[in-house]
Amino acid sequence: MINQKTINATLHLADTTLILAQKNSEWCAHGPILEQDIAITNITLDLIGQSRMFYQYAAELINEVENKNETEDTLAYFRSEREFKNFLIAELPNGDWAQTILRQFFFSCFHQLLFEKLQHIEDKQISAIAVKSLKEINYHVKWSSEWVIRLGDGTLESHSRMVKAIEILWPYTGEFFNAEENDLIEVKKIKSNWIQKIEAVFFEANLLIPGNVFMQTGGKQGIHTEHLGYILTEMQSLQRAYPGLEW
Amino acid sequence: MFLQEAEKTFQEKIDSEIKIEPKDWMPEAFRKTNLRQISQHAHSEIVGMLPEGNWISRAPSLKRKAILIAKVQDEAGHGLYLYSAAETLGMSREQMVADLNSGKAKYSSIFNYPTLTWADMGAVGWLVDGAAILNQVMLCRTSYGPYARAMVRICKEESFHQRQGFEILLILSKGSKAQREMCQDAINRWWWPSLMMFGPKDSESTNSDQSIKWKIKRKTNDELRQQFVDMIAEQIKLLGMTLPDKDLKWNDKTKHYDFGEINWDEFWNVVKGNGPCNKDRLIARNKAHDEGAWVREAAIAFAEKRKSNINTKAA
Repeated sequence: MINQKTINATLHLADTTLILAQKNSEWCAHGPILEQDIAITNITLDLIGQSRMFYQYAAELINEVENKNETEDTLAYFRSEREFKNFLIAELPNGDWAQTILRQFFFSCFHQLLFEKLQHIEDKQISAIAVKSLKEINYHVKWSSEWVIRLGDGTLESHSRMVKAIEILWPYTGEFFNAEENDLIEVKKIKSNWIQKIEAVFFEANLLIPGNVFMQTGGKQGIHTEHLGYILTEMQSLQRAYPGLEW
Repeated sequence: MFLQEAEKTFQEKIDSEIKIEPKDWMPEAFRKTNLRQISQHAHSEIVGMLPEGNWISRAPSLKRKAILIAKVQDEAGHGLYLYSAAETLGMSREQMVADLNSGKAKYSSIFNYPTLTWADMGAVGWLVDGAAILNQVMLCRTSYGPYARAMVRICKEESFHQRQGFEILLILSKGSKAQREMCQDAINRWWWPSLMMFGPKDSESTNSDQSIKWKIKRKTNDELRQQFVDMIAEQIKLLGMTLPDKDLKWNDKTKHYDFGEINWDEFWNVVKGNGPCNKDRLIARNKAHDEGAWVREAAIAFAEKRKSNINTKAA
């Protein structure tokens, strides 16, 4: 049973990074500034790299337990909406640059705290992935923090767009800290650190954390927003149309 | 008198393979030709991100997705080097981008064709990047220093792209019937537009002679096109596919492949804006630019605020 727990936890990490990469990749060739088009695409590539390591590990575990022939691609391309375990925030529409930046910032700050813990867990494979990924995540935190500050303290328009983005995204941050049986660490314990990180950057950006807001949840259980179905339909279309081939 | 002397010194430098640098004297026409060519080249990299970007969300494996994203990102990087090289000739990047978005500036017509199937990612890499490389290898030795140096960096990455494109097709060519058909179809659609990438025939090309004298170019359009046909006609044998040209045949006398006539009517129409995707490409570029305006304004406003804060503190 220990393995099933690790499998679910690994798939959750893989799905979240893949779906966020899939959304961020929509900016590639459409960014507001050429340099930033390149920067967000770097983050996208890091996230895909992380998701691949997690999928490969999940496949290895599944094949061991269930005598199957899963690969990173069967897991990414042949699981359905209800089987994906990503956080809801990853599958939300990109919105404008403010919304994309803010999502990256919320997620990367969480990711950083999570992976700092994961690098010390017993599972050697996951801890190794965490160590490797942290170097990348530290940069994601830095880059997205700088943009939150720049937009929050930029023009009236950029400030009001950030306020709007907070309104849209904040209800999807509670899910980061919902404890679940498959969790590899006690996520509740990193919540206050996460809030501190957000507050520090928001302070510099002249932005405020909303008061008590009802939080959305369901990602880890496969209960998603309506957006995920379309994302998977598009992403999986070739594999589903021509199953079992090499590309 | 000064002008004649300067022109003489300039041509002597060119003839003895000394690069022309931004601060050197140069004939106005040399500056203009280089500016036009480098900025067009930069625009081509940027617009070229769109047809390949079109398949990022649907790439058929995670590995292919990562490779494709990295490739499109490389093109953004090439665009940056080239805009910087062009700026040394006295036009700002903002102005160049404005000229692209208004339709005043040109970019390579090849990107006005649609990418319809996954095999197009292979065909674009193999044929389009393959054609571009022949031009770019030549440009590594172009007479304007900043352009030549940008090209050296770009060429390294481009040859990697071409190999990846070929590999995509190679896998399809060994795949299922549907994959093989996809592969052949993509080659059929991209072959002629790739030949058009080398531009009009030498007999119709207006800028060629002067460009060769100034060593902006070192080979003519037709020479490069022939080199490309010779290369691809051999490589396609490895794929077991065919090129859609019944006149394509090895000529033992010339030691080159003969090939059929390009549809020049189509060529000029795509140049004039009537290609299948000309409008879509410009709409996409304008949308990204317009929707990014508030972001650029915010970045500038923020930088100025921070600067004035530092100044206040220093005072």
